[in-house]
Amino acid sequence: MHEMSITISMLELVREEMEKDGGGTLKSLKIKVGELTAVEPGALSFCFSSAIEGTPLEGARLYIEEIPLTGRCTDCAKEFHMEGFLVGCPTCDGPSIEKIAGDELEIVSMEVL
Amino acid sequence: MHEILVGAKILKKNDEIAAANREAFSGLGLFSINLISSPGSGKTTLIERTVERIGKACRLAVIEGDLQTELDKERVERCGVPATQITTGRSCHLDAHMVSHTIEWLRGLKPLELLIIENVGNMVCPAEYDLGEDMKVAVMSVTEGDDKPLKYPAIFHASSALVINKTDLTPYTDFNIERARENALAVNPALKIFETSCTTGEGLGDWCDFLTGQTGRA
Repeated sequence: MHEMSITISMLELVREEMEKDGGGTLKSLKIKVGELTAVEPGALSFCFSSAIEGTPLEGARLYIEEIPLTGRCTDCAKEFHMEGFLVGCPTCDGPSIEKIAGDELEIVSMEVL
Repeated sequence: MHEILVGAKILKKNDEIAAANREAFSGLGLFSINLISSPGSGKTTLIERTVERIGKACRLAVIEGDLQTELDKERVERCGVPATQITTGRSCHLDAHMVSHTIEWLRGLKPLELLIIENVGNMVCPAEYDLGEDMKVAVMSVTEGDDKPLKYPAIFHASSALVINKTDLTPYTDFNIERARENALAVNPALKIFETSCTTGEGLGDWCDFLTGQTGRA
């Protein structure tokens, strides 16, 4: 369970960005969480609402876009969801897979009033 | 209401400190590994047996990560190798900032060739935090399930090597080493796999050769 440390890092970044922008009230925060990260979106949402309670960020909403772990076969160029994290092309059985998405853990944007 | 486009990694700060650690390690000329496993897979014993074998020929240092106590640091020191302990309190993983505090200590030990970092026993969270190491090594033991790579894929994905430990206990378990290898390679075909027993010494030679090979003194 390290979603609280992730939340704290996330809120630090949010405060920095808000300061740069000249203050205001945070309405919402949009983030991307890849399937390969060791981060559970439900736990992260829970930590987020607990961490902002009683702070100037209270009331802000967190939107999490979950990014599936996606690979591309270097033989047949098909893109596919790496189900169960298993490597291997479901179309041509090719062993050489390039990971193209799924390890994201980033803040996309913030809505400020 | 307006939108601020951020586009920043949430662990940006950790990654920046990890990059500085990596530069410091490389400046010291050492190769570093980050050992990650569940509690009880035998990481500390593996380190003890490893430093007993190569500690004389290869200048190495050990960083121990645990929630509490300096017990593991003391165990490694008894093998004649410098060790330091990071106690994380309630945190379930080491992060780059904690490791950055050991750099002055490492500088004082120059010259060094190998740094072994033992992460907090946990298969999930440490996968997310880059410490600045050259290589992550996953450890699992035969008293766990051979399906562990499928259940905790992130760490097997992020590691370059896997040690399957306690192989001497295999006859007393349902653990199937071949199946464990297949499961690990299904998640990460590039994994270099070692089978070790810290009781009989089986496989430790290959593991130690691999480590010394990384430091360029095979």
